[in-house]
Amino acid sequence: MSNYIKLIALGLIALFAAMGINYARDVAYMVHAVIVLLVSGGLFIWTLRNTGEPDILTDRSGEYMDDVVRYGVIATAFWGVVGFLAGTFIAFQLAFPELNFEWAQGYANFGRLRPLHTSAVIFAFGGNALIATSFYVVQRTSAARLWGGNLAWFVFWGYQLFIVLAATGYLLGGTQSKEYAEPEWYVDLWLTVVWVAYLAVFLGTIVKRKEPHIYVANWFYLSFIVTVAMLHVVNNMTIPVSIWGSKSVIVWSGVQDAMVQWWYGHNAVGFFLTAGFLGMMYYFIPKQAERPVFSYKLSIIHFWALIFIYIWAGPHHLHYTALPDWASTLGMVFSVVLWMPSWGGMINGLMTLSGAWDKLRTDPVIRMMVISVGFYGMSTFEGPMMSIRAVNSLSHYTDWTIGHVHSGALGWNGMITFGALYFLVPVLWKRDRLYSLKLVNYHFWLATIGIVLYAASMWVTGIMEGLMWREVDANGFLVNSFAETVAAKFPMYVVRALGGVMYLTGAIIMCYNLWMTVRKAPAKEASLSVAVPAE
Amino acid sequence: MEEYTLLRQFADSWMLLALFAFFIGVVIWVFRPGSGKTYGDTANIPFRHQDKPATHKEARQ
Repeated sequence: MSNYIKLIALGLIALFAAMGINYARDVAYMVHAVIVLLVSGGLFIWTLRNTGEPDILTDRSGEYMDDVVRYGVIATAFWGVVGFLAGTFIAFQLAFPELNFEWAQGYANFGRLRPLHTSAVIFAFGGNALIATSFYVVQRTSAARLWGGNLAWFVFWGYQLFIVLAATGYLLGGTQSKEYAEPEWYVDLWLTVVWVAYLAVFLGTIVKRKEPHIYVANWFYLSFIVTVAMLHVVNNMTIPVSIWGSKSVIVWSGVQDAMVQWWYGHNAVGFFLTAGFLGMMYYFIPKQAERPVFSYKLSIIHFWALIFIYIWAGPHHLHYTALPDWASTLGMVFSVVLWMPSWGGMINGLMTLSGAWDKLRTDPVIRMMVISVGFYGMSTFEGPMMSIRAVNSLSHYTDWTIGHVHSGALGWNGMITFGALYFLVPVLWKRDRLYSLKLVNYHFWLATIGIVLYAASMWVTGIMEGLMWREVDANGFLVNSFAETVAAKFPMYVVRALGGVMYLTGAIIMCYNLWMTVRKAPAKEASLSVAVPAE
Repeated sequence: MEEYTLLRQFADSWMLLALFAFFIGVVIWVFRPGSGKTYGDTANIPFRHQDKPATHKEARQ
C-alpha cells in the first residue's frame, strides 16, 4: 500500500519537474528540474519494479545500522577531495588570474567556484562527516539501533541531492548571495525536509536508548542539529519571484538582513563546525586513547557555556557598519567571553590523554586528533582577538580572515574528521587495523605543514594589505592604490596555494590508505598493540 | 510603550537574569554531592556496546 502512495508522489514530482523544464525562467532552474526529473523518475521505476513483491521482514533490532555510516564515510572522503581540489584551484586562480579561462567565463571563474569550494568543504565534507559520525556515535552511546528504519537512508541520499543541487546551482548562477547560505529557495526547502528527517532519526534513537544517561557527544550533536535547523529557516525566509524560476527575494531588509545573515553565518561556524565536531571529539578521542574523557563535569559546563555564548557572537562580523554600536559591542564582548568555554573544551580534549601521552609517539591517528584540538585552541584564541573592534579595523576584509577560517577549518574540522575516518574504517569494515600507519604519518605531516604554510602566508598578506589600505601621507591622501595591494600579495598567494596542494595530497593519500584497508585487511606493518611504548 | 523598546528592556533585564541563573544552576547541579560517581559511569558509555545494541536483559536501569 505504501508503495502506491510513493508511486503517486514520485509521479507527481516527476510531472512537476517536467513542467519546470518547459517553463523554466533561468538555466539553473532548468538544470535542477532535469536533475529532479531524473532522480524522481529513476526512483519511480525502482519502486514500481519492487511493488507487489513479498515483503521480507527481518528483525534487525539486534544489530546496529552501519550501512548508512559506511556510505557516509565514503561520501565524506569523496567530497573532501572534491572540496580541497576546488579550494586549491581557486587559490591558484587568485595567484595566476589566467586560470580564469576565457572559454569557461561565467561558469568556472573565481566568483562562481569560491562558493562551490566553501559549500563543498563545509556542507559536503563536514556535513557528511557529521551525519555519518552522529549516526555511528548515537547508536553506540545509546546501545540502540537507529530509529526510523530507512529514514536514515532518506537523510543520507537526500543530503547528497541537496549538495548536487547547491553545487550545480552555484556554477550556473542560481545563488542568493548569502555567505554559506547561497542555495536558492527550493534547495533550501528541500534541505529543511531532509534536516527534519535527520532530527527525527537522531532524536528517535536517543528516546529509545538503553543507557540511562545521554552521553555528552550526543548533546553536542543534538544542539548542532536543532540550532542549524533554526538558523537555516530564519536566514532563508524568501519569497520566490516565480515558482518556475530560481530567483527569490528575502523578507528582511537593510541592516536587519545583514544581522540575520551574520547571526546565521557565525552560528554556522559555532554549531555546524564547532558543536557538531566537538561531538566527534568527545567520542573519538576517548575511543582512540582508550580512556574516558578527562572531566565529564567540565564537559557539561563546556556544553552549556558554549551554546549560551556562541549564539550572541554574530554581530562582530558587522563592526563599523550601519549596525548600532551596542549590537556590535555585544557581539564583541560575547566573542571574547567565548574564549573561556572554547579553551575549557580544548583542555578537556587534550587532558584526556593524561597518563597516555606515549600514544602520541606510537599512534599517528591520535596525533592527528590532538593536533586538531590544538588548532581548535589556536583559532578560538585568534577569533576573539579579531572580533575586538580595534583589531577588526585592521583585519576585516583582508586575507587574515581567510587565514583564520582555514586554521580552524583545515586544522580543527579537517584533522578531527581524518582522525575519525581512520578510526571508523577498520571498525566498520571489520578489519584488524589500518593498511599502513606510515601513510597516516605522511598524511599527518603533509596536512600540518600545509596548514602552517596557509595560515602563515595569510597572516603576512592580511596584515600587510590592512596596513597598506590605511596608510595615508602627510596630506591625508591614501598612499597605495588597490591594485598595488593586490600586486604585493602575489608571493604569499603562491605559498598559500602550495599549502593547499600539500593538504590535498595528504587527503588523497588518506583515501588510498582507507581503500587499501578495506581491500587488503592484513597490513604489512606491525599493529598498534605491539608497538614499543615510550621510555 | 513601543514594542521594540519593551522587548529590548525585557531582553537585557529579566531574560538576561533568567539565562544567567539557569547557567549558574547548571554549574551548581554538576558539582552536586555524589555526581562524581554518576558521571564516572556516564563517561564510560563509549566503552560499552561496541558491536551490538543492548538487549532488554542487559539494559541498565
